[in-house]
Amino acid sequence: MSTFLQQLVNGLSVGSIYALIALGYTMVYGTLGLINFAHGEVFMIGCYIGLYAAFWLGYDALAAASFSPMSATLVLLLAMAGAAIVGMLIERLAYRPLRGAPRLAPLITAIGVSLLLQNIAVLAFSANPRKFPSIITEHRLEFAGVTITNIKIFIFAVSILLMLALEFFVKKTWTGRAMRAISFNLPAAKLMGVPADRVISLTFAIGSALAAAGGILFGLDQTKLEPLMGNMIGLKAFIAAVLGGIGNIRGAAIGGLLIGVAELMTAGYISSGYRDAITFVILIVILLFRPQGLLGVVRQEKV
Amino acid sequence: MVWTYRTAVSIALIALLFGINWALDQYVIDYIVRIIMQCGINAILAVGLNLINGTTGQFSLGHAGFMAVGAYATAFAVIHLESWLGFNASNIPAPWMQGLLLSVGLLFGALFAGLAGLLVGAPSLRLRGDYLAIVTLGFAEIIRLIFTNTEALGGATGYSGGRPLGLPVYTNFFWVFLWAIFLITLIGNFTFSSYGRALRAIREDEIATEALGINTTRMKVLASVISAAAVGVAGGLFAHLMGTIRPDDFKMDRSVAMIVMILVGGLGSVSGAIIGAIFVGVTLEAMRDIQQYRLLAYSLLLIGLMIARPQGLLGSRELRLPAFLRRKRGGAA
Repeated sequence: MSTFLQQLVNGLSVGSIYALIALGYTMVYGTLGLINFAHGEVFMIGCYIGLYAAFWLGYDALAAASFSPMSATLVLLLAMAGAAIVGMLIERLAYRPLRGAPRLAPLITAIGVSLLLQNIAVLAFSANPRKFPSIITEHRLEFAGVTITNIKIFIFAVSILLMLALEFFVKKTWTGRAMRAISFNLPAAKLMGVPADRVISLTFAIGSALAAAGGILFGLDQTKLEPLMGNMIGLKAFIAAVLGGIGNIRGAAIGGLLIGVAELMTAGYISSGYRDAITFVILIVILLFRPQGLLGVVRQEKV
Repeated sequence: MVWTYRTAVSIALIALLFGINWALDQYVIDYIVRIIMQCGINAILAVGLNLINGTTGQFSLGHAGFMAVGAYATAFAVIHLESWLGFNASNIPAPWMQGLLLSVGLLFGALFAGLAGLLVGAPSLRLRGDYLAIVTLGFAEIIRLIFTNTEALGGATGYSGGRPLGLPVYTNFFWVFLWAIFLITLIGNFTFSSYGRALRAIREDEIATEALGINTTRMKVLASVISAAAVGVAGGLFAHLMGTIRPDDFKMDRSVAMIVMILVGGLGSVSGAIIGAIFVGVTLEAMRDIQQYRLLAYSLLLIGLMIARPQGLLGSRELRLPAFLRRKRGGAA
């Protein structure tokens, strides 16, 4: 039982990071119908921006405890801002020239952008793994045989907070309504005077900022980062978005948490070697039996 | 009459390959021969992948998985055939026997890769476009993780048949190009048969094709099986060229490299795929000294190609022999 609870706690914390990244996939897919393969790399870049920001703000590995919560928040915000700019640049330079091209072209471009960012990261940050600064001092809490760290609680809390903020933004603000309009019908939204290019750009910015937040949380949790880490985590987050129903924000959140828990349960009860495989098994099962995802709606194809 | 003509051509071809093989052995350094062989293997990969991604328009991102299945099955078969026939380090098979062993192994590779193509294709080809890409990618990852976690096949460190020197290196120019010509002819003929026309019809409009009474699912699965089997053969040749295979040889980059090949040449063109395969094989080697920029150059090429010339070099057209070299065939083009 304690194994179960322990894996559940860990799974929810990993899952909430997946959920944050999945939001970016789901928002972009919702507006453009594009799988933004480069999103995992934006997550990775956000993580590295956080690392450099922490050192820039005077982080000292020997006196990690003296790093103030204020600075830690600043690290998070800087990473989010930096990633937002990267996301907007990607959209402007790689995807916008292809708007209206056949569906496969943007998909292949997205793979290209993902490879490009990976390799730029290898050149810029070196291929060696780096240790993420512990900008929050870890405290362990024992609770009924389950170890919970303040970091895991922090990860969960920040993710939920950001997801609620996004939900509010999309449902209650003018720009959020414009986003939903675009995702419902792009040409019609344009005719109604929605500045589509600007809103799509903003969608990328928000999605990327959330991915960067996920990156910082991931750094806090796993402490090790490398230029190629975005690939697998990005894929898992995308699968989370598909599981929840792509284009659906709540679905992405639920999908992320489910994937995280499923992964750690597999690691705990079957074998950690199949930890990554279970995610793909979930993907295949969901696409074969419920391609619209848990919360998605079926869109009938018209001839 | 036709048969004698074809037999003559085949024999001439085999003799030619044999001659080139001998000449390469004598006069050309191994390094160059290796690049040429790599180009041949690439050509099989590209033509195989092109059948499903280009001709049928069903975008797979997971052919590295089929290549892995082919590589492991071939290596496994060759190793076991050898020990069954009593060959070992002190009793090395004669060169012709090596090629024969390799070819039997490749048949196993093709069989298992084709089977994998059936198992993956039958459920996933119901999906379209980017969903299909993601599912095939998922299957490829699962295949890789299975090999990584199977200790009997060497696990993460790779399979070398339990031999200290690794897998026997049986792949040479002759066998690479014999198989390449065989498979390219086979797939080429398939592409330009009525089946190929049905596949192209599926690419253009699946619903309309279905309405014309073509069983689109069956056609797509058939294309997937043939494509996977061809890629599996390339995997087997690769295994016995490299001498060892690791699950990490068959990551997503491998699938992307294959996609670059068919995109450069032109999606849906058999000759384009071959050109792309040679292009990738040669540039890969040319950029060996600046290895860290290699993938960077690839990704820029991919993005640039999609924005500037998404149809690739040839589009879906074919390069053909000049008219005076072509043999007249009664009506059929």
